[in-house]
Amino acid sequence: MSKNNEGSMILKSARLVDGAVVDLRIENGVIAEIGNQLDGAKNSIDLAKNLLIPGLVDLHTHLREPGREDSETVASASAAAVSGGYTAVSAMANTFPVADTAGVVEQVFRLGQEAGLCDVFPIGAVTQGLNGTALAELGAMANSMARVRMFSDDGKCVSDPLLMRRALEYVKSFNGIIAQHAQEPRLTVNAQMNEGIVSASLGLTGWPAVAEEAIIARDILLADHVGSRLHICHLTTAGGVELVRTAKARGIKVTAEVTPHHLLLTDDLVSGYDPVYKVNPPLRTQQDVEALRLGLADGTIDIVATDHAPHPTEDKDCEWQAAAFGMLGLETALSVVVTAMIDTKMMDWAKLVERMSISPARIAGYPAQGQKISVGSVANFAVIDTSASWQVDRNRLASKSRNTPFHEMKLSSVVKQTFFNGLQVFSNGEVLKRGNL
Amino acid sequence: MDRHLLSINDLTRAEAFGILNTAHELSIISDGNLKKLPTLRGRTVVNLFFEDSTRTRISFESAAKRLSADVINFSAKGSSVSKGESLKDTAQTLQAMGADAVIIRHGASGAAQRLADSGWIQASVINAGDGTHEHPTQALLDAYTIRNSFPEYTDSFDGLKVAIVGDILHSRVARSNVLLLKKLGAQVTLLAPPTLLPVGVDSWGVERSYDFDQVIQSVDVVMMLRVQSERMLDSFFPSEREYSRSFGLDGRRLNLLKPRSIVMHPGPMNRGLEISAESADSHKSVVLAQVANGVLIRMAVLYQLLGGQTLGGTSNSLISSQPVNK
Repeated sequence: MSKNNEGSMILKSARLVDGAVVDLRIENGVIAEIGNQLDGAKNSIDLAKNLLIPGLVDLHTHLREPGREDSETVASASAAAVSGGYTAVSAMANTFPVADTAGVVEQVFRLGQEAGLCDVFPIGAVTQGLNGTALAELGAMANSMARVRMFSDDGKCVSDPLLMRRALEYVKSFNGIIAQHAQEPRLTVNAQMNEGIVSASLGLTGWPAVAEEAIIARDILLADHVGSRLHICHLTTAGGVELVRTAKARGIKVTAEVTPHHLLLTDDLVSGYDPVYKVNPPLRTQQDVEALRLGLADGTIDIVATDHAPHPTEDKDCEWQAAAFGMLGLETALSVVVTAMIDTKMMDWAKLVERMSISPARIAGYPAQGQKISVGSVANFAVIDTSASWQVDRNRLASKSRNTPFHEMKLSSVVKQTFFNGLQVFSNGEVLKRGNL
Repeated sequence: MDRHLLSINDLTRAEAFGILNTAHELSIISDGNLKKLPTLRGRTVVNLFFEDSTRTRISFESAAKRLSADVINFSAKGSSVSKGESLKDTAQTLQAMGADAVIIRHGASGAAQRLADSGWIQASVINAGDGTHEHPTQALLDAYTIRNSFPEYTDSFDGLKVAIVGDILHSRVARSNVLLLKKLGAQVTLLAPPTLLPVGVDSWGVERSYDFDQVIQSVDVVMMLRVQSERMLDSFFPSEREYSRSFGLDGRRLNLLKPRSIVMHPGPMNRGLEISAESADSHKSVVLAQVANGVLIRMAVLYQLLGGQTLGGTSNSLISSQPVNK
């Protein structure tokens, strides 16, 4: 433990979402006092009236470790996370080996603690080996040191309706939630991009919206039938938003996420066949983007989740069809959401905090995350210069990979600092190693 | 001048007609017993074929050789899709060998554009068919063949009616032909079972029909596409016989054509499936002319990409700018 954590620290001139400018005294990783002109601490940081919000919480992160450490590790993903203002990430199960046993989820959890930059909460696989045929040991993962509550075969859909029903029912005993990658496999054989005008002219096999919507509709009905919690990963279609909206109106326990890239990018970007735009589910049309933005603004879509998916250069430096699906997300997520939602006046900062921190923490059950800025809350913060903008440079990312679709794009708002359990872990472009503090 | 020919979209209408005109001039020279032109002497043209296609490769090879280029045939079966050598490594190898032009046939849509855009290679890239995307030289040779049959459309295809029949969804020939025929002014009708038309085809600006008997009576050109019988296994259509009855060009339908109308097919033909032997061998069929014209069109494209002229630039007549070499 560093001395900062044991002593006290004062954050001067923090602007809160309501506009108030305050000082915060942090003691033992917790907010001890909020006031004006606080002093008396050995360590004080002037936040220069930048916006202080609860640390962001990601429910959909591919950390790639174990198995693909050439593209990302738990440590490098943690560095990317805090660079983007995140204080918690959720490690998707599609690693090698798959996170389908207590052993693997505990390994990932421990690697997160060793990195020490943010919380790393493992997501367990729903089925053994993501094969979609038999349930993984969900209870063992729930009872492990990692205390897994969210389960997903993400990357693959739990397409067998009976298995999906059983999974939804089974996790009720420990208040678990199934996060579905909604993709009907038979409708997406060899699918390469959104099916529509662009795919017709490019001659790429289409991934139709109905393949997502059919699974969402089915799973909403299943969740209703068995009274379980369902979470829809990376919603991308206008029709999917409408299905979730209707389900919520009927009181069904469904939550949904949208990725930053689906809020900003459309399928016409595929026209040059650059695989940096290859992602699953695919980029959709402008009409879908607008429906997703409206859905996020009105709460139909509960949260933003990154689907951060690092890939080594060789997996993108090839013909489209041979390339891997996925985009980096952690370091650009906040700025993309600001650009898509706040600059367009569709959301304010309070709502952004709700969608990117409070709600994800509530859905996944991360009690020390997504807390209000008030005395007694854990000091997990992101500090943001909301008047600045930046140009994304893929060569200056903390992630080990370079596959960002936002390279050279100018985005609004800059993350200045990130605090995790009261420790400053990121400041002005630098990830601070915990050991150095 | 664009250094590459990746898509019909790379060409203006004037440039497209320019290529047809160049091919015409080359045909005059060929008729004058001039087998070889010195235009590309010392230049290296690589045929980079990731898919088997003997007829297209031979067509490009003889085009390049008639322009005196050195030709390297690089058959790279097993692309990175099947975990062979990656497209990038292959391209860099060709760059090291000093290729001036790379003619690429690849099973992945967009492979030609990736080769041109990625910076892996400096050579001009000619798309000889990429997945289910485009096959621009096929469309150009088809247009050239149409023009030879209908001299009244030499300067414009305005008013010409063309039906393209068959597996539009998986056809790079159809995509390139739709783009080029529309660019030149023709009116295009697509005929296919709805399963073999892409979602999004409405944006192509063409007519659609499922009634071959009706459409065939009014068109000047009927362009048949190869249908792979494997499509049946994916339930695109129930059986070969049913497909053939609805969308095949048999003798009865052939007789519905107007007297001057022509029948085209990019080959290889599935006789008995999309086209009957009677239709394929009839006097209305220009299938063999298409093959012969393929060499002329590919000469014209190579000449204009490597010979230092803009695509379609016809100000310097081929005949006068080349030393007569008998």
